[in-house]
Amino acid sequence: MENAKVVEQIKGKFADAIIEDIEFRGDLTIVVSLEKLHEIMLYIHDDESLHYDLLSDVIGIDRLPREPRFEIVYVLHSMDDFRRLMVKVMVDVDIAVPTVTDIWKSADWPEREVYDLLGVSFSDHPDLRRILMWDDFDGHPLRKDFPLKGKDFDKKWDPSTIKVM
Amino acid sequence: MAEGKILTINMGPHHPATHGVLRLVLELDGETIVKVTPHIGHLHRGIEKLAENMNYQQVIPLTDRFDYTAASLNNLGYCTAVEKLLGIEVPKRAQYIRVIMSELARIMGHHLWIGSHALDIGAMTVVFYAFRDREMIMNMVEEVSGYRLTPSYMRVGGLARDITPEFIRCLREFIKWFPTAVAGYNTLLTDNIIWRKRTQDIGVISAEDAINYGLTGPSLRGSGVAYDLRKVKPYSSYDDFDFQVPVGDKGDVYDRYLVRMEEFIQSLNIIEQALENLPEGPVNVDNPLIFNPQIEDVQEDISALIRRFKIQCQGPEIPEGEIYHAVEGSKGELGFYLVGDGTEHPYRMKVRSPCFILVSALEKLMLGHMIADAIAIIGSIDIVLGEIDR
Repeated sequence: MENAKVVEQIKGKFADAIIEDIEFRGDLTIVVSLEKLHEIMLYIHDDESLHYDLLSDVIGIDRLPREPRFEIVYVLHSMDDFRRLMVKVMVDVDIAVPTVTDIWKSADWPEREVYDLLGVSFSDHPDLRRILMWDDFDGHPLRKDFPLKGKDFDKKWDPSTIKVM
Repeated sequence: MAEGKILTINMGPHHPATHGVLRLVLELDGETIVKVTPHIGHLHRGIEKLAENMNYQQVIPLTDRFDYTAASLNNLGYCTAVEKLLGIEVPKRAQYIRVIMSELARIMGHHLWIGSHALDIGAMTVVFYAFRDREMIMNMVEEVSGYRLTPSYMRVGGLARDITPEFIRCLREFIKWFPTAVAGYNTLLTDNIIWRKRTQDIGVISAEDAINYGLTGPSLRGSGVAYDLRKVKPYSSYDDFDFQVPVGDKGDVYDRYLVRMEEFIQSLNIIEQALENLPEGPVNVDNPLIFNPQIEDVQEDISALIRRFKIQCQGPEIPEGEIYHAVEGSKGELGFYLVGDGTEHPYRMKVRSPCFILVSALEKLMLGHMIADAIAIIGSIDIVLGEIDR
């Protein structure tokens, strides 16, 4: 199935929810509205001809100072003819993105990673905890306003509580 | 069973069978696993954050540190991703040498897998043979790049340098020798009754579940899905070579083992074809905006010197755009999501690490099995913690 046909089919079903479709270096990206995200994802997973059954990754991008601040990209593959599709959604600070773990189990850890490193939360996620940083870490290191060396890198530490003095 | 009878044990982070600093909290009912909670992040170095503050060529040594058992494959993934963002293609000779180096890296990764996997289950002999042959490849990698484990041999736009006649001599020797070595591993394990009893019908996952849980690479192919990026989305001239994609049918530990054993032979097959048909010519793109001029030009030509100075001080400028590019790593789909903003630094680099997703599926694979089988299952998905924590 070609990229143009994929866009046509998704647009036919969700005409007003597709904000933009971009084809760059052979890969197709569709930008969708946050409200319809879960519905579109369910459709492209279940539909017989689209059938994107492998979710490879969930990527968060901080676009500071742009509004809305974050972009979440879902990389999908279909095991029928190995098509690739990227679905992008824009989201502001403190707005939760509906989880897709009920559709693809593989979204579990990547969503936790986006939550941990960028601070975008996912609603209805079964186990939304920090994953790479420790539990009481303060801040989200991949945000663009987080300094490269960490914000307390030059302060003294109290070894007994492992906290900044 | 009553709640009080559930035993919670902590496996790792310093446990030899977790292949690094992985911590698993296992809840056991007798000897049966009823819940698995993996904890990762002990090796988190923030490579993605570091990359945002470096230029594109400086990121290459960092990529070596993802899957350090097969470092050239990470170089290949990163370099081809940046080249895709740029829209350039490296010369044919460079592509073929990249294929040789990455298939050697795949064999190296599989050597470490078979050695440690068998060692975990109790077959100690294999690790010595595997490391004997791994040493041959390490020496070859050292010959071309100067490093054994972290070669950083590839560059955006080509290679650090051309291969040497000594490398070709060693490679021919290796090609002649290696089928005998693989036959040796087979003799030790494939029909070994203890090995079969420990691996057959353990950690079974159906094709549908494997896809849903995001398994890729040999772990997915063991369940019978022929998803190999070298075949389905060819990069770096992989479509020039004739090779098979081995698949299993049941999706247990033994099938994943057989798939990787066959990949040894297929990788060797690709290396042989690439070496026989190695084209002549340059190994770097002729594009002054991306790649350093040759050292001879720099010594004679002032404009080449200025170009070199600019590239060394600032790094190449990469245009705006967002791409996702994936290569077939030795563990699965190794993807790079790169966002370029027209400067010399990547705006965002996200690594799709195959092992990260494989570990998240551990609970699915382990539930209902004995605790001793947990060791076999961890070995069969072949994880490297450097790649999980990044």
